[in-house]
Amino acid sequence: MTGNIAILGYGLSAIGPGVGIGLIFAAYINGVARQPEARGMLQGIAILGFALAEALAIFGLVLAFVFKNG
Amino acid sequence: MSLNVLGSLASADGGGFQTPTTSEFYQPLLFDGPLAITRPAVVLMLSVGLIAWWLIATTKRAAIVPSKGQWATESLYGFVRNGVARDIIGSKDFLRFVPLLFTMFVLILVNNLFGVIPLIQYPTMSRIGIPIALTLVVYVTYHYIGIKRVGLGQYFKGLVPAGLPGWIVPLIFVLEVITFFITRPLTLALRLFGNMFAGHLLLLLFITGGQYMIINGGIGLKIAGAGSYVMAFALTIFEILIEFLQAYIFTLLAATYIAGSLSDEH
Repeated sequence: MTGNIAILGYGLSAIGPGVGIGLIFAAYINGVARQPEARGMLQGIAILGFALAEALAIFGLVLAFVFKNG
Repeated sequence: MSLNVLGSLASADGGGFQTPTTSEFYQPLLFDGPLAITRPAVVLMLSVGLIAWWLIATTKRAAIVPSKGQWATESLYGFVRNGVARDIIGSKDFLRFVPLLFTMFVLILVNNLFGVIPLIQYPTMSRIGIPIALTLVVYVTYHYIGIKRVGLGQYFKGLVPAGLPGWIVPLIFVLEVITFFITRPLTLALRLFGNMFAGHLLLLLFITGGQYMIINGGIGLKIAGAGSYVMAFALTIFEILIEFLQAYIFTLLAATYIAGSLSDEH
């Protein structure tokens, strides 16, 4: 079997943010369902949290390419 | 996706399918080496020209009853001004940062959308240098306004929240310095770059892979190739959503960092 183990690292680094983003949007949907008028306020916070959680997966992606030839 | 890629695939028939690599993103058009005029450079200049023309054309004869173009520009401006700047920075001194945020938003949005517009099809932000340049502007801005407001010593002192027990202060200080000076700019640039890069690579893979399977494969692979094109179509729609979202997130985070430097305890 050939390939590069760095790509495996990206797969691993995507697990955490995947779970995290799921939790963030679950909380967002919950919040909007309970209080629909808070939607505008919650949206910004949810997307901010999503962006921060996603950063870890992006690190994984970039590092996978950085170490591909190393 | 580009003509180069399709050409190289067609000429390499019989050699098996080559998956698209990172080298697809380096496309010099004129000259070579560090001063080459590359495809993203041309796309970036095109976007700047297009934005300038559009904004001037729709606001030059601003009327009380707006035309369609003026309405579009005004609602975009209103979104950045009210939805991002005023909500995040606060109504006291958000107005002087609106030009910066609006410029960032429009530039990133147009450049991202160029990733799926036929014939252009190159997301400029998938070259790391361009997100780094944009991030540098935000980085200098939020440190500058923070230092100008309270002075250099107080700025560093303000990194640690007041009221912590003495033994934990050095630890928090190191963490906050890393956050402010390394993590924030790094994630801001890499997020934009990574999303555009990964999305474009994914589209490239589905489209060139589908083409290869339809041309070279048997009947089963031909069907799979058609499926690959369906996926490419679905991902293009998804990509448009991501492109809007990334422009919004970049502006949102820039506003958040600026707001952090303006507030009394960051």
